[in-house]
Amino acid sequence: MTFEFPLLVLLIMTAAGAIVVKDLISAVFILGSYSFALALVWALLGAVDVAFVEAVVGAGLATVFFLLTLFRMAEKDTQIRRPPVPWIAFVALPLLAILLLYGAGDLPAFGDPLSPASTHISPEYLENSVEQTRTPNTVTAVLMDYRALDTLVETIVIFTAGIACALILRRGT
Amino acid sequence: MIHPHDSAIVRTLGRIVVPVAQLFGFYVLIFGQHGPGGGFVGGVVLAASMILAILIFGVNADDSRLAQIVLHGDGLGLLIFAGVGGLCLIGGGQFLNYTHLEIPALDEPSRHYLGIMLTQIGVAADVAVTGVSIAISLSFEGDEVSHG
Repeated sequence: MTFEFPLLVLLIMTAAGAIVVKDLISAVFILGSYSFALALVWALLGAVDVAFVEAVVGAGLATVFFLLTLFRMAEKDTQIRRPPVPWIAFVALPLLAILLLYGAGDLPAFGDPLSPASTHISPEYLENSVEQTRTPNTVTAVLMDYRALDTLVETIVIFTAGIACALILRRGT
Repeated sequence: MIHPHDSAIVRTLGRIVVPVAQLFGFYVLIFGQHGPGGGFVGGVVLAASMILAILIFGVNADDSRLAQIVLHGDGLGLLIFAGVGGLCLIGGGQFLNYTHLEIPALDEPSRHYLGIMLTQIGVAADVAVTGVSIAISLSFEGDEVSHG
């Protein structure tokens, strides 16, 4: 409870900063710090694997790719001029926020053992994964064994991204 | 093209940080079944360490040779992953059902353990190669020698 409020403030400030700032390179760095704060939130919620991925990919690799992209661009393209915010945004976005907060009131409490997500198939994994796969980390067991086909397709997506980048960008000579 | 960095501090620190990061990547990959981490994170850490070497020493330098070698393994990780699935098919079961990895000395949970470890290595190889490949693609300017 002690850390939740400062983390929330940090998240909102970094997210808003990444949107508001004029220089895209600064925006990339602020986005990296946003990812790092988000990783802390995941760790606080107990999702250590997700926190790990968020810290490494969001704050590390994605930032590097953004920067490499920006370094290819001309100086004037990394500075952006934002149009003024339309008046309807000041009406519609708070309404949307109220709607979302109203909906969030009906969500099950954090860690509720009777919530639908915890009663369907999660107990199956949690109770049986160690004796079925000898893998103490249930997340890895689910990703690589019970849901291996999903992970295979994710791997194909990553592979395709690399091939597409090479085909588009390494043109010439 | 990424030019090598001329600061002595950056180069010296890079020689220390890059091997440590690679060691950590392998640790996360191997330890993924017993603690946080796994193939994806391990692969990303390995990719990040090799990208760091490229950024510090330049693409064609001796110190970033590993990144150039790794580029030739494009698709190898995917092949390992799908290959494990194929071995399960050969063993008479469903695709990626590790129970049917036909290795005589292993009981069923150990086969699952082995299958998870092999597919994790596949994912890590795929992610690491793709990360380096995208970084080199993004810094490509047409007149340099391309690898892979």
